[in-house]
Amino acid sequence: MMRSYSDKQNVQKKPYFSDRYFVAPQIPKDVVESDEVFTNDLAVLKAKFEIKEAYIQRGQLVVYIDPKDNVEVLKTLRDELFYNFLSEHSAIDWLAKSGEFEIFYQLLSTSKRKRLRVKCFIKEKEVLKSVISLYSSANWAEREMYDMFGVIISGHPYMKRLLMPDDWFDHPLRKTYPLHGDEVAQWYEIDKIFGKEYRDIIGPEERDSARIDVNDTHRFAHLNHEVPFGAEPSQEKTFTDYQEEGGVFIVKKLKKEDAKIVKERY
Amino acid sequence: MAQHKINYLQEAGLPVALTTVDKLVQWGRSNSLWPLTYGLACCAIEMMATGASRYDFDRFGTIFRASPRQADVLVIAGTLTKKHAPFMRRLYDQMPDPKWVISMGSCANTGGMFNTYATVQGADRIVPVDIYLPGCAPRPETLQYALMLLQKKIRTEKASRRLEPKRLV
Repeated sequence: MMRSYSDKQNVQKKPYFSDRYFVAPQIPKDVVESDEVFTNDLAVLKAKFEIKEAYIQRGQLVVYIDPKDNVEVLKTLRDELFYNFLSEHSAIDWLAKSGEFEIFYQLLSTSKRKRLRVKCFIKEKEVLKSVISLYSSANWAEREMYDMFGVIISGHPYMKRLLMPDDWFDHPLRKTYPLHGDEVAQWYEIDKIFGKEYRDIIGPEERDSARIDVNDTHRFAHLNHEVPFGAEPSQEKTFTDYQEEGGVFIVKKLKKEDAKIVKERY
Repeated sequence: MAQHKINYLQEAGLPVALTTVDKLVQWGRSNSLWPLTYGLACCAIEMMATGASRYDFDRFGTIFRASPRQADVLVIAGTLTKKHAPFMRRLYDQMPDPKWVISMGSCANTGGMFNTYATVQGADRIVPVDIYLPGCAPRPETLQYALMLLQKKIRTEKASRRLEPKRLV
């Protein structure tokens, strides 16, 4: 049985105990003017593009841009400002809150020894331009982003799922996707290998790790007190042997009492 | 003509051993179990260690084969993902009868700690399993013990050519 999925975003609203004076920890933001290099970088960007917000966090510049400018902004950053390395590129799911994805490009300048993060918001069905022409590492990052979040990319040479199978339904890293999978996911291997009619024969997945079966007492024996299937539990210690009582044809019977501990390795 | 009575059935009475065909065939099968070289995750490291010289799988007649056509044991060593499940079933189908399956480690047994959308919750949903081997990951000794138990199981089976299809569940 599959549990119906409910959005857990309000789960913190009714806690058993709430600290009235609790303030969620936030990484402090600095003004861009506190860093000379970033001030210059931001000035170059501001001259060409619309910058929505910019601040420094943990020594890294964070810049919010318009998603339509993403290729041009990254081109400027790479060619004019020497951010030559795209180390990470993915999305954050804010669909439940604002119906948007937050896209981020984490850049590194090896010559300037600076890290810069370009961020933008796109709507769920909005198409994002590919940046493979600038950074090759965006190739798999964009495929993974499509696979996991369903962010649509235009201009990608090989837009295919990266991690999940091609015939997978839905995008697993979205917050609405249940951890144990939707119905298609739960029956995926059964449907694919045996066909849907085998669902009844094989049965649903056992997902509850704390489940206790009434028959467990009979099915599992106590360690070192094993009894035949269906027999009553016994206090007698069982002797573990690798060979049958009568011995094995041609093979010499191993006797535990004849075992020797060798003093020297050879 | 010997003057004294010779008991031919006693040991060393005659250079002849009496047995049944079943026992002979299954003795041969149980002492030449060839597993498929097939590792899925970290359990495969333990499986490799079992095959290497320190633990020495070869003394059981167990030699890893690189082709399912030559193998008769499938050791499912590691996490079986849903993406990979069809391939594993295909490898199992390609193995000639008689064949046996050892499910090695918690992940192959039940899905283990990967109670997620992408993991098969127990390899026995896909293929019939003979031996379930607990542990995360099981030590090489455990795999050896599992193999010895499998040998013991094979020796009790019939050697007839028509094999009963194994139940999946």
